[in-house]
Amino acid sequence: MSRALKNKLRAAGLWFATFLLMVVISVPGLWVVLSGFRPNREILAKPPVWIPEKLTLNNFAKIFGFGQDQVAIPVLEYFRNSLVIAGTSTVIALIIGMAGGYAFARFRFRFKNTWFLGLMLFRTVPGIALSLPVFMLWSRLGIIDTKLGLIIVYVSLNVPFTIWLIDGFFRQIPGSLSEAAQVDGCTRWQAFWRIEFPLARSGIAAAGVFAFLTSWNEFALASQLTRSTDSKTLPVGLMDFTSQFTIDWAGMSAMAVVIIVPALILTFIVQKHLIAGLTFGGVKG
Amino acid sequence: MAGITLENVTKAYGKLEVVHGIDLEIAHNEFVVLVGPSGCGKSTTLRMIAGLEDITGGEVRIGDRVVNDLPPRKRNISMVFQNYALYPHMNVRDNLGFGLKIAGHPAAVLEERVAEAADILGLSDLLDRIPAELSGGQRQRVAMGRAIVRHPDAFLFDEPLSNLDAKLRVQMRAEIKKLHTKVATTVVYVTHDQVEAMTLADRIVVMKDGYIEQIGTPMDVFNHPVNTFVASFIGSPPMNLIPAKIVGGAVQLSDGTTLPVPSRLKELVREGQDVVFGIRADDITPIGHGIHEARETTEIELEVDLAELLGSETLIYSRIAGQEVQCKMFDPRDLAPGERLTFRLSLDKAHIFDAASLQSVRAH
Repeated sequence: MSRALKNKLRAAGLWFATFLLMVVISVPGLWVVLSGFRPNREILAKPPVWIPEKLTLNNFAKIFGFGQDQVAIPVLEYFRNSLVIAGTSTVIALIIGMAGGYAFARFRFRFKNTWFLGLMLFRTVPGIALSLPVFMLWSRLGIIDTKLGLIIVYVSLNVPFTIWLIDGFFRQIPGSLSEAAQVDGCTRWQAFWRIEFPLARSGIAAAGVFAFLTSWNEFALASQLTRSTDSKTLPVGLMDFTSQFTIDWAGMSAMAVVIIVPALILTFIVQKHLIAGLTFGGVKG
Repeated sequence: MAGITLENVTKAYGKLEVVHGIDLEIAHNEFVVLVGPSGCGKSTTLRMIAGLEDITGGEVRIGDRVVNDLPPRKRNISMVFQNYALYPHMNVRDNLGFGLKIAGHPAAVLEERVAEAADILGLSDLLDRIPAELSGGQRQRVAMGRAIVRHPDAFLFDEPLSNLDAKLRVQMRAEIKKLHTKVATTVVYVTHDQVEAMTLADRIVVMKDGYIEQIGTPMDVFNHPVNTFVASFIGSPPMNLIPAKIVGGAVQLSDGTTLPVPSRLKELVREGQDVVFGIRADDITPIGHGIHEARETTEIELEVDLAELLGSETLIYSRIAGQEVQCKMFDPRDLAPGERLTFRLSLDKAHIFDAASLQSVRAH
């Protein structure tokens, strides 16, 4: 067998392996999206119907309260709750993350490494392990089943991560840039906003996306801490489709699509900020 | 009009003092170079002048103003950093104009000054590029341009050439010198490279371990080092330093060789004093291969260990009293290792340092 043929075969093999891997990763997601556009009958059909016979928007009409058959699930409220909770907690986590990340990257203070290690150790605790103590605390404080309660939980889940990520980005920006700006006439605050912040923007955007997605998708804690339409988030709302004897797979899939789409849109918007390497060239590497 | 005055300036990090009471007077438009090995406190001193480090003790004045408690932006100084510190997300024009923009100058002034600086430094064609698209020398020029557009009271340079390759460094060194003649301003320049110090400075400040060892013109520091540290730090190759003793009015080396005490130093040495005899490679030359007309000489026969041909001269490694010394042969011919030659020592250029204090005997 010639060398060229060998290389070709190997390349083909690698592509096939890649394809298989991607199938494994994407099929569940695609199946959910597909199911969102199919009638329940077709989803439950045995043997399974692989290629949908017809696609329909009925499921979406149904969950948003249009059309003939409706489900009594307040999707819009859930959507609003999710947006408020994930949005607010992301903004707070980013502000704390920027302040903390900057401090860890730039300043020397007592117990700096211990603090940092502490933050990272906090990340290793599985969130669900905290659900019972948090539940008890929150109920004593009277913030169970409120947006505020969930926002606090998500902020504390996300802050160690945002600090860690943003710290790394500030570390890559040489301190002399801020010093040059200060010599050029800036206050430390101006130097931060005009020089260091724009350069760390990609890191901050990345931290924001991760924080938002964590809050947006979180289910375990939210299902413990929320009860009513006022505070339930979309992932918790999915459970409304399961009743004692039946599960409305079509409605559930449609709602899953509703959950996925904003996350996708956000990622696409922020994607252009995720290009690293902005700091290259300003200083001698 | 602004000179810079440092009065008993100290810097300590906690209990560790790194700059110990520095006094320095820099005249208006003077080019002063702080030079010394790494860790000697020269950069810290510069950063205290800039306001980037707190001043632990003493006083720094720029012009008539005590600036100890002023932030950098209120000191009206410019600084060129070792890594240039150009703003990577701005093009050259915005990099140059940033300081003026922050100060709130009208757009017309900004444009005019940026154009002026770009013209001086030959950056006019590069104004729309970002730093990543510039070569090392161009970045260096932008950094200098950013310093001059603001018409500051003083320029501070923190090892600005150490990131450039050797050829470019020589070129930029000349440009800095030219720039100083074009834009007459007080300059404080920090480097560890004694050649830069010699070529650029009006006055050199030699520092070591947080102390000033010597302040003087390049000629002064080169010809009259106050101690063995300055003698070996300034000049290339470093001055040969040979331990000796004053016996019978002569310099006696460890192997018994004696050399006459240079006549100008005769009064300054004591019989029996332990000394260090210092002489530069330029002043030990094979007979017929020297440069200057020495008034006072002595001769010594030495064996060539190694000869480095440099073109117009050859650097010869040899030993005097078991101590390695470097000698020079001008107008050289080929030499073989092991060859013995008679060298002429120019005694009027030789130095004698006290072995205990390492200070030049002239200093007392």
